[in-house]
Amino acid sequence: MLKASENYVKKIVEEEMRIDNRRFDEFREIKIETDVIKNAEGSARVLMGNTHVLVGIKMSVASPFPDTPDEGMLIVNAELAPIASPTFEPGPPNEDSIELARVVDRGIRESHCIGLEKLCIEEGKEVWEVNIDIHVLDHDGNLIDAAALGAMAALLRTKIPRYENKRIVFGDYERQLPINDRPIAITVTKISDKLLIDPNLEEEDALDARITISTNEKGEICSLQKGGEGYFTTEELERAADLSILKGKELRNLLGN
Amino acid sequence: MTKVGKPDQMIIKGKRLDGRDLEEFRPITLNVGVLKRAEGSAVFKFGDTYALAAVYGPKTMHPKHMQNPQKAVLKCIYSMAPFSTKERVRPGRSRRSTEISKVLNEALSNVIFFEDYPKTGIDVFVEILQADASTRCAGLNAASLALADAGIPMRDLITTCSVGKVEDKIILDVGGYEDNYGDVDMAVAIIGNQDKIVLLQMDGIITKEEFIKMIKLARDGCAKIYEMQKSALRERYKTGEEDVES
Amino acid sequence: MNEVKSELLVKERQLVIPGETLAMGLDFLPSSGCYREDNEIKAKLLGLVRLKDRFIGIIPLAGVYVPKLGDGVIGFVEDMQNTLWVVDINSPYDSILPLGEAVGEYIDLNKTDISIYYDIGDVVYAKVLSVSKTKSVVLTMNDQRSRKLMSGRILKITPSKVPRLIGKEGSMIELIKNKTKCQIIVGQNGIVWVKGEKEALASKAILTIENESHISGLTDKISAMLDKGELI
Repeated sequence: MLKASENYVKKIVEEEMRIDNRRFDEFREIKIETDVIKNAEGSARVLMGNTHVLVGIKMSVASPFPDTPDEGMLIVNAELAPIASPTFEPGPPNEDSIELARVVDRGIRESHCIGLEKLCIEEGKEVWEVNIDIHVLDHDGNLIDAAALGAMAALLRTKIPRYENKRIVFGDYERQLPINDRPIAITVTKISDKLLIDPNLEEEDALDARITISTNEKGEICSLQKGGEGYFTTEELERAADLSILKGKELRNLLGN
Repeated sequence: MTKVGKPDQMIIKGKRLDGRDLEEFRPITLNVGVLKRAEGSAVFKFGDTYALAAVYGPKTMHPKHMQNPQKAVLKCIYSMAPFSTKERVRPGRSRRSTEISKVLNEALSNVIFFEDYPKTGIDVFVEILQADASTRCAGLNAASLALADAGIPMRDLITTCSVGKVEDKIILDVGGYEDNYGDVDMAVAIIGNQDKIVLLQMDGIITKEEFIKMIKLARDGCAKIYEMQKSALRERYKTGEEDVES
Repeated sequence: MNEVKSELLVKERQLVIPGETLAMGLDFLPSSGCYREDNEIKAKLLGLVRLKDRFIGIIPLAGVYVPKLGDGVIGFVEDMQNTLWVVDINSPYDSILPLGEAVGEYIDLNKTDISIYYDIGDVVYAKVLSVSKTKSVVLTMNDQRSRKLMSGRILKITPSKVPRLIGKEGSMIELIKNKTKCQIIVGQNGIVWVKGEKEALASKAILTIENESHISGLTDKISAMLDKGELI
């Protein structure tokens, strides 16, 4: 597969065009499937153009943090599996996969989307821990948005198993994971001084800077992460925020309840 | 669902718990050229947050296959000393320090003239010796000074500060208590005092309007820090002639 | 577009900071250490302004040595291969001294170990013969001043301060040599070799120049220091 060069991408964006003829504010085709992994308490698959991400959620029991003894916990991990791209090496998580996990984590955590206070088993001793594992299977850009969408879709379907005699009874479910909000991450990319969403891999390689903005149902911003070696002006950030709020609503509608 | 130990009120009669106004910095200290071995070095403190930065390079880049034949390669590593926080931090890299190293590297990449030193490596080490929130901001301010001290060619300095929201009030320079018990923490870095934002991270819930207000407050704060950074660099090479009319 | 009036905003030897605007308008041109951004010439480095006709440059107060054709440099032999020596010239860039540039006579490589000429650890004063586009350096000993430097002591100063140490037409370095009865060789790469009667005093003078190169009146201060002859 021939890759368009960085300069080519920059040039056509300058002329208000994209390689695949999309508008700057248009997503690629998105497909979401849930309940795809039997042994997970919740799971989802997201296809965003050719980007393919799988998210699995496992529930476990752990000790709470000392300053929040009655609250459940959230852990997000991301695997950039070598099968997804020639640039992914096997081994411990590198800075890209760490950033991906932490950005998705913050969007979910800061929006208080999961009712962590309802996950207490025994105060100060045992609480439920929600483990979100993101597995990137095919990398064609915009991994953060796809992963965050997959995590949200999976969370909405996650069930909490029964906990009896200090053992988790997998497969025997008590209730749904309490969900209060549906935060959506939208990454706005800056190329040739223009702002675009949902970059494919070639566009990502040509970007100056990107900003991931997570918004909640009310249209409030619940987390921000700027990436890339370029910069944003205040005006560009304001436009990016507007775009994220708008497009967040659009993606949220794909989730259902 | 309140955190254990949260004070009942964090803003009393327009003053914060440490007596500051909403838009007031903690006492800021800066010093350039504090280490002997490093090519360049600097200290930057926001109150009790104490960051030390050292620059080595440009130097021969190892491993060779990572060399870029046209540019210098920047390696920026952020790390917290085990004794920097109340609860001891395990030495070595963590996921958090890896992420912060990445965003600091990206911020500094905006201003360094990498093409002036092809095939070389430039190493920037940021050590947090004492942490009371806003550590990445103190670290980046120190790193920027250390790079200038080392003679690394740059378009401009990088200035950073944090802004937050506590009890619906927007504040400048988030301190330890506010980071722990407040609602929002946002780190912003800009090039010099221009409208060019090179680092932006935020945790918490804000409206779009609050977002823009916070960016503007951060930029105002950064403008003040910029003047201090420039003074600190000039101070390093004071000739004693500055006050004389020529 | 309005023409911006050209205006010089700084004086010779003024201390400037990266990002500082040095001049406005298109009449001035950026030289080493400066760059143009739209209508302004700005500093890239922390250093002192140097004006020459329409060119504005910066003398850095810190920085590494970037090899230049024709420079005399002091280097340390750090490795050897069959027909060349690898020399550390206090720079991020490699430099080699080929056999042909170091030895005048014919050598039978099967019978000779070239370390008899220069061995690892030797200090040499060489000339930069060539600098490739990728900044790889070839040295030569084929110059009347080039030689191996034996005993004495080695100091390191910031390469950009070498002109200050040498002084106008060599005045500063001659002053130190005379008053300390030392041989002194200053490499353009910031490495200085001192050998003679009052090596410690000479070293002190050299390090004072390194630390105070941005201050004027230095010649008098150094002269007085050397006359007093004390090391404190």
